[in-house]
Amino acid sequence: MILKELSEAFGPSGNERPVRQILRQALEGHVDRMWVDALGNLHTEKQGTGEDRLRVLVTAHMDEIGLMVVGHDDDGTLKVRAIGGIDPRVLPGAQVLVGPDRLPGVIGLKPVHLLKEGEADKVATIDQLRVDIGAKGKEEAKNLAPVGAVVVFATRFRELGPTVMGKSFDDRVGCAVLVELLRGERFPHDLHAVFTVQEEVGLRGARVAAYAACPDCGFALEGTIADDLPKEKDVSPTTELGKGPAITVMDRTFIAHRGLNRLLVETAEELGIPCQFKQPGIGGTDSGAVHLAREGVPCATVAVPCRYIHSPASLLSLADFENTVRLMREALNRLRREHVGSSF
Amino acid sequence: MRDLIRKLTETYGPSGFEDRIRAVIREEVEPLADEVRVTPLGSLVAVKKGTGGGRRIMLAAHMDEIGVMASHVDDKGFLRFTAIGGVNPLTCVGARVQFEDGTLGVIGVEGKREDRTKAPRLDQLYIDVGATGKDDCPVRVGDAAVFVRPFAVRGTRLIAKAMDDRIGCAVLIETLRRLEGTSNEVYFVFSVQEETTLSGARTAAYGIEPDLAIAVDVTGTGDTPEARPMAVELGKGPAVKVQDRGMIAHPLVRDLLVRAAEAAGVACQMEVLERGTTDAAAMQLVRAGVPSGCLSIPCRYVHTPSEMVDEGDVEGAVKVLVEAVR
Repeated sequence: MILKELSEAFGPSGNERPVRQILRQALEGHVDRMWVDALGNLHTEKQGTGEDRLRVLVTAHMDEIGLMVVGHDDDGTLKVRAIGGIDPRVLPGAQVLVGPDRLPGVIGLKPVHLLKEGEADKVATIDQLRVDIGAKGKEEAKNLAPVGAVVVFATRFRELGPTVMGKSFDDRVGCAVLVELLRGERFPHDLHAVFTVQEEVGLRGARVAAYAACPDCGFALEGTIADDLPKEKDVSPTTELGKGPAITVMDRTFIAHRGLNRLLVETAEELGIPCQFKQPGIGGTDSGAVHLAREGVPCATVAVPCRYIHSPASLLSLADFENTVRLMREALNRLRREHVGSSF
Repeated sequence: MRDLIRKLTETYGPSGFEDRIRAVIREEVEPLADEVRVTPLGSLVAVKKGTGGGRRIMLAAHMDEIGVMASHVDDKGFLRFTAIGGVNPLTCVGARVQFEDGTLGVIGVEGKREDRTKAPRLDQLYIDVGATGKDDCPVRVGDAAVFVRPFAVRGTRLIAKAMDDRIGCAVLIETLRRLEGTSNEVYFVFSVQEETTLSGARTAAYGIEPDLAIAVDVTGTGDTPEARPMAVELGKGPAVKVQDRGMIAHPLVRDLLVRAAEAAGVACQMEVLERGTTDAAAMQLVRAGVPSGCLSIPCRYVHTPSEMVDEGDVEGAVKVLVEAVR
């Protein structure tokens, strides 16, 4: 399963090469052109078969959140800082892989036996934590994991029946959806698919990719927050596992184009594909950068709901994954020029 | 201009949902402009072609307004919501909002009355549209609403929701109506999504490549009881912006507006805004950079359902703008 391979790949923001290599291999022979741009985005083109062809940009980001080594202690442990949005609550005790050689390590914490009263309630900040790779002293640590080495969670992909567990579904699941779309039949429109870099640190890859692509419209494919565990109050779960692809109306970075969202909802309704709206006002995706390119690009974001994103292990429903692929494929087949116009 | 201002302010159009207000403005500008088009993100561009040899000038007023968006429908039919743009929870309780399909809702606040000693957070508020459950609730997650309040006149003061920035739209339409015989090519841009991301003006400016850009928007005042000090008053004329949180006005644009006011015999004020910004902040950064500035309409109670401007300031703004782009 391509999702397994992508999930287990090592690729925090700015260090996406291993993910890129997997994708290049997976797409060989399925696209007309493939190239890497100055920032490391992997571009692919797949020409359309229709007569009135739009240029459609579809993005999924390759990078994941992680840590970066910023210093070494005398005891051989590593000081780190966050790459992207990391919640320090998920770090202590997590198993990690460090640097290009994927050295196994653990984020250290004080044993429960030694905790003083009140200590267990406090969250250690990232600068208080240390990554332990078993190095004996500062020099060895420096050699094994120099300043700038990056760290990711060491989580194996597992199938739990119809649900799967793994790291970095944000956004390796978006990458997997895009691979499925590209491996299928040609679309009526010219597809410009880009696997972007550095989304987690500010949508940087998508910004230059959209400038280069000059698209008529854009879709960002994502893995998004599912906060659907029982709650005290009857408030939004953001999205729910098993309820189908999540469509964004508005997040912190953009407002989805109404014509494209209508296309998505109508496609889902006509084909009986479940779908849901993500809680508005939360998060941000590559669409936030793409919609601002040049004279503006109508954009939409479609995501697979994932529990526990930005933590060592997320859960997603394979049915949601399949439905996201299907919704996107059918929507791209039904896309017409009037969907990106302003009269609807 | 009163009828125009009434029509513009009473029309629905939160950020991202500007279709109706765009249709209303389009009807106004179509007979006046040489060309009218819509950008990919939905901003309306009306072009007044010059006699040639002049500059390309972009004027921008945003047609979107702040509002709320449903984020959850609970089992009893109450809606939770998020803000579209800068919505102050203090102005929400008891306010009425209207969705695009006409559905009216009232904003309520959680908890017991005696507990309400502090300003609520947005997530403690809800909208009641009269539904009793999920099934009979006419609103879906992602539907957007605006605050409703009728247009009113008190002496020279005009009061309405969405004066920010429909009053700027009115000034642009009126300027287009009165402008004649210029060598400049003037682009009247009614931008989308200013209240959220300034996306409309930024992308429109990329397409237009102006030599100079002026935003027309509201600004705060310092003339109300215990107000945050600010040297702008209602009724003392339009304000020429020196700077705000997002932009320092280009001195040439600033001076152009001040000279235009003098030439038109309009009293104007100089404005330094400590909070907020306008489309000018986005326009100045487009491509290789655009000399930009802003002509402001002083406005009390900005981002509440009852924004108040002075009719004389509005009229003055039109005169200044006509003179400036002439």
